[in-house]
Amino acid sequence: MNAPRHPLKRRSRFTPARLGVYAFLLTSALFFLLPLYVMLVTSVKPMTEIRLGNILSLPVHFTLDAWRVAWQSACTGLDCQGIQVGFWNSVRIVVPSTVLSILVGAVNGYALSFWKPRGATTLFAILLVGAFIPVQVMVYPLVRVLATVHLFSSLPGIVLIHTIFGMPVMTLLFRNYYAALPHELFQAARVDGGGFWRIFLQLMVPMSTPIIVVAIIMQVTGIWNDFILGLVFAGTRNLPMTVQLNNIINTTTGERLYNVNMAATILTSMVPLAIYFVSGRWFVRGIASGAVKG
Amino acid sequence: MSTVMSNVSIRDLEIQLGSHTIIESLDLEVEPGEFLVLLGPSGCGKSTLLHSIAGLIDVSGGSIEIGGQDMTWADPKDRGIALVFQSYALYPTMNVERNLSFGLRIAGTPKAEIERRVTRAAEMLQLGPLLKRRPAQLSGGQRQRVAIGRAIVREADVFLFDEPLSNLDAKLRTELRRELKQLHKRLGATMIYVTHDQVEAMTLATRMAVMRGGVIQQIGTPAQVYAHPDNLFVATFLGSPGMNLLKGTLRREGGGVRFRNEHVDLDVSAYPFLQSPPENQPCVLGVRPEDVSIDPAFVHRGTVSLVEPMGNHRVIWLDYHGAQIASIVQDTATAAVDEITGFSIDSKRISLFDETGGDRL
Repeated sequence: MNAPRHPLKRRSRFTPARLGVYAFLLTSALFFLLPLYVMLVTSVKPMTEIRLGNILSLPVHFTLDAWRVAWQSACTGLDCQGIQVGFWNSVRIVVPSTVLSILVGAVNGYALSFWKPRGATTLFAILLVGAFIPVQVMVYPLVRVLATVHLFSSLPGIVLIHTIFGMPVMTLLFRNYYAALPHELFQAARVDGGGFWRIFLQLMVPMSTPIIVVAIIMQVTGIWNDFILGLVFAGTRNLPMTVQLNNIINTTTGERLYNVNMAATILTSMVPLAIYFVSGRWFVRGIASGAVKG
Repeated sequence: MSTVMSNVSIRDLEIQLGSHTIIESLDLEVEPGEFLVLLGPSGCGKSTLLHSIAGLIDVSGGSIEIGGQDMTWADPKDRGIALVFQSYALYPTMNVERNLSFGLRIAGTPKAEIERRVTRAAEMLQLGPLLKRRPAQLSGGQRQRVAIGRAIVREADVFLFDEPLSNLDAKLRTELRRELKQLHKRLGATMIYVTHDQVEAMTLATRMAVMRGGVIQQIGTPAQVYAHPDNLFVATFLGSPGMNLLKGTLRREGGGVRFRNEHVDLDVSAYPFLQSPPENQPCVLGVRPEDVSIDPAFVHRGTVSLVEPMGNHRVIWLDYHGAQIASIVQDTATAAVDEITGFSIDSKRISLFDETGGDRL
């Protein structure tokens, strides 16, 4: 029984089926990497090479000029400060929005799971329905509301908008996480004399690290990639990187600077890309821990 | 140390969960310093009752008094209670020391006092070397000790236990059971203990209450409840195996009373009837397996259907005209399976129940 086991195991590595699987994985990986490859090589070519039209060829004269231009001096309309303005705007939007929406979601989820206030389930249902209504429906009413409270076209305004739109998913995420914790923990803390905030801050938050990491990943990538909310609510001085990128690409004076456009695009997608690379493992773990109890 | 002994008195309690009434007009008096065990099958409302005493479940009617004060609507922390859970419910991110002191820190107890109490609890439960460990680094028995320690540190007047030993293996359970009994002796505090394990109930309780369907069936010392069950449910729920039951009628003959069915005729004149039974009262005779003795010479003949060796005793099951009669015997040389033998019932140690209502006669 034990003797043939080893050779069997070794042979299984070279089965034709296994080869087929690898071939499939390799080709699909290449397929999805091809656009990225084109972007990368285009961004390090001078325009003279790009004009030849051979988009797959490697650069003959490697140059980082396009990246420098994209970051520092590309023009959006009359403003020629590059995409860095958008980058810092996005940072200013993403950081407070992520912190606030996670905080609100965590408190909501905690209250819904443990304190079960009257009408909690109805409230939660309404919140979830809200998550499925297209954003576009709410844009105009929200513009009017923010305008009346003088938050329209401002940084606090766009942060508030992201916090509100992040609330349903964040609440759901934390509610499910807390619902999977043993209820006795909460009861023990109640007997020990803990109140709403004490139990939340000293017991629940320290236990929430995995789900907080998941929430950060979801919110940072989600808010970073947002276009329409930033365009509508942020105001011209706070336009996020995505909007700025669109403006750079659509601003043409004479020749289209493909290399600059490519570099600006890669720069914009750098943050979500980095987050997935660094935390992909956490992300999967968090989603799984939310789905499967225990 | 100064543990105040508090009584708990529950009057006309009603608890509803959703649209279900779990407990209806329940009265219970727990004496100061008593170890009261609530025993019953799962779903009988014993945990619900305990949690309502702790203040974790809102009651829909009635009152709960602890130490002479109305606590029906008081916050759990103000009731002078401590609660130990079956699942331990230790705070996973805190070490043992911080688990023990969490409640005291919330209450703003001075540091020196916290340290004194934690040290004392750790010493009582041999937790000293574990104080810096996290719950995940403890074994099941150690975790439950910490949970008990968390109760001790509170210096509560009333200790509530919700099946605290059910998650432990048999050996640990016996060990911790003994520790709990000694703890009660040492602290002298009132303790209310919920379990479905009758061995725990019999060994720990100064009084036990057997519950079913949200109703207390009988309350008394373990010996009373075991020997004189108030109804058929208690008779069969307690004991391993439960009481043997025989159906029949009561007949008056020559100034005495006899229990009779087609096979059995037993003089029960000495039985302490609660009130004189009517002639031909249909009834159920109950007798504990240890009060059934076996000898080939006895008149009632049955076939041995099963022998269960338990180490220090054996349970012999007899097939008697279709009914299964259990007998607990101590000696080694008795019946083998399929052998026909005789048994007799100790008529001084029987219980008689009304056949329709199941109440003790």
